[in-house]
Amino acid sequence: MENRGNENFCPDLIEILNGVPHGIALVDQDLRIIMMNRFLEALTGYSGEEVRGIYCDHVLRTGFGRNVQVFRQSLDSGVACSIEGDILGLNREKIPMRFTATPVVERTGGRQALVLVLEDIADCQKTGGKKEAGTAKGLLGHSPKMQEIFELLPVLAHTDSSVLITGETGTGKDILAEAVHLASRRSKYPFIKVNCGALPESLLESELFGHVRGAFTGAHADKHGMFQLAQGGTIFLTEIGDLPLPLQVKLLTVLDDREFFPLGSQKKVRVDVRLITGTHRDLKQLVEVGRFREDLFFRLNVLRVHLPPLRERDGDVRLLIDYFLQMFAASFKKNVKKLSSRALRLLGGYRYPGNVRELRNIIEYGVNICRGEVIDIEHLPPYVLADAGTPPRTAAEAVAPGSPLSGGPDEELPDNAVSWSSIEKRKILTALMQTGGSRTGAAKALGWGRTTLWRKMREYDLG
Amino acid sequence: MKILATLQNNDIAPRFDLATEILIASIVRGKISGEPRTVLLPGPGSDALCSLIIKEEVSLVICGGIEESHFQYLVWKKIEVIDRVIGPAPRAIELAIAKQLRPGGIVRTESTRSARL
Repeated sequence: MENRGNENFCPDLIEILNGVPHGIALVDQDLRIIMMNRFLEALTGYSGEEVRGIYCDHVLRTGFGRNVQVFRQSLDSGVACSIEGDILGLNREKIPMRFTATPVVERTGGRQALVLVLEDIADCQKTGGKKEAGTAKGLLGHSPKMQEIFELLPVLAHTDSSVLITGETGTGKDILAEAVHLASRRSKYPFIKVNCGALPESLLESELFGHVRGAFTGAHADKHGMFQLAQGGTIFLTEIGDLPLPLQVKLLTVLDDREFFPLGSQKKVRVDVRLITGTHRDLKQLVEVGRFREDLFFRLNVLRVHLPPLRERDGDVRLLIDYFLQMFAASFKKNVKKLSSRALRLLGGYRYPGNVRELRNIIEYGVNICRGEVIDIEHLPPYVLADAGTPPRTAAEAVAPGSPLSGGPDEELPDNAVSWSSIEKRKILTALMQTGGSRTGAAKALGWGRTTLWRKMREYDLG
Repeated sequence: MKILATLQNNDIAPRFDLATEILIASIVRGKISGEPRTVLLPGPGSDALCSLIIKEEVSLVICGGIEESHFQYLVWKKIEVIDRVIGPAPRAIELAIAKQLRPGGIVRTESTRSARL
């Protein structure tokens, strides 16, 4: 059989490598990228074309440095080798990897190259590897509301229909989306997360759908969009309520036709990607005020999951406290073993406006501050102490006059507040007044990030 | 304002947590003022580097890969971070001053660009 064009790496070879659910790169003798498959493009966020000729450690962001001795030895000896390390992925996550380097030699010309295969070993490294009851890849909970979610997870995983995840900030929408992906048949392919609220419209379009060289000033090379990088896998569009209207139209087209035009391109690109979206906003309400397309809403709202706020998850606070305590104590190499009864009572009665993320931060703070074995209330963040004495569970209870420990943002909660949102709005205003209008100070007092405060101020028209 | 770039030789270091050298440039009226300062760090480490960035009152950080927690920390401290940048640090700083550098940007010098063409 005639072997045509084997002096070049032909497109067919790339197509074959694109079908492999591991990252693969071909590098030259100086460890510069010659090509990489789509899986690795998704992991790194760069297209193979744009990084051709660049040192692989810059592209892969490994912890090895430029002169990886084992890779060089492999090139010199012609013997394959394997080494464990990590890379920093597109989502700024450190991913443990097994690198297998195999030397190859061109049939004509005799040039040497190295095939690098990157295999994600995060699962193997997790101690025990056992799946606890009531968990799903990072989601923890024994409460009836969370059990309903866990029961729903296999159903969500075994279909390709769009999923819409709603829930307050910090409830774990990202984790649930990734859990659905990992439990699905697409788990060996990329999971790509894009925050629709983080980029301006022009950049977001290029980020999602890619562009061709010359599409706009600064577009020096073709660049794949996230939809292409997620080929075969799942794309998670978080804060979908912030997606600009023109892009909503384009997204709808992609969902219907499974194909789109990258920016500046006249060639359609076909993709096989599962879509999961998340938002803390009420999309139905956005539809009513004309800020979200109704047809897209119906298209996204095929399977809907609502993650309950922590204050509605009976019994989960204690479970999560124990989990985070063990995690941070091991991580910081501290001898902290438990929380005192007073601290547990205080945390059991706290309302957690920032939900699980806030609880995690509180425990991280406590483990850092505590010098002994038991975290007591003085080791907890001051704003939690300021909140003490305000029962958490019902709105009626929650509006009871404020804390005996003065100075916190809840000090002047109104007696006639009737809903969580009105209480939250009041808390924001109080915190702002107490900090002289400083958003940074108010965010700190409330235990939120500045962006959370900014988003909530927008939500309540306080901006 | 001050711009800080993580260094590996003359390029942006691929990893924030492993950078042992940094370049600090002071910008006055849209131009680099004086000679940019190269600082050798005692060792790699994201926490120490974040502390240095705060201490030096840096406004913009240009780096390669950075972990989400440190990225969020710097953003929370009102420091702009342009990450996943590849290429020579001095040119990256020039592009950042001209507002032409974005996350994931690949900076090529004229010589490398013409070599590719």
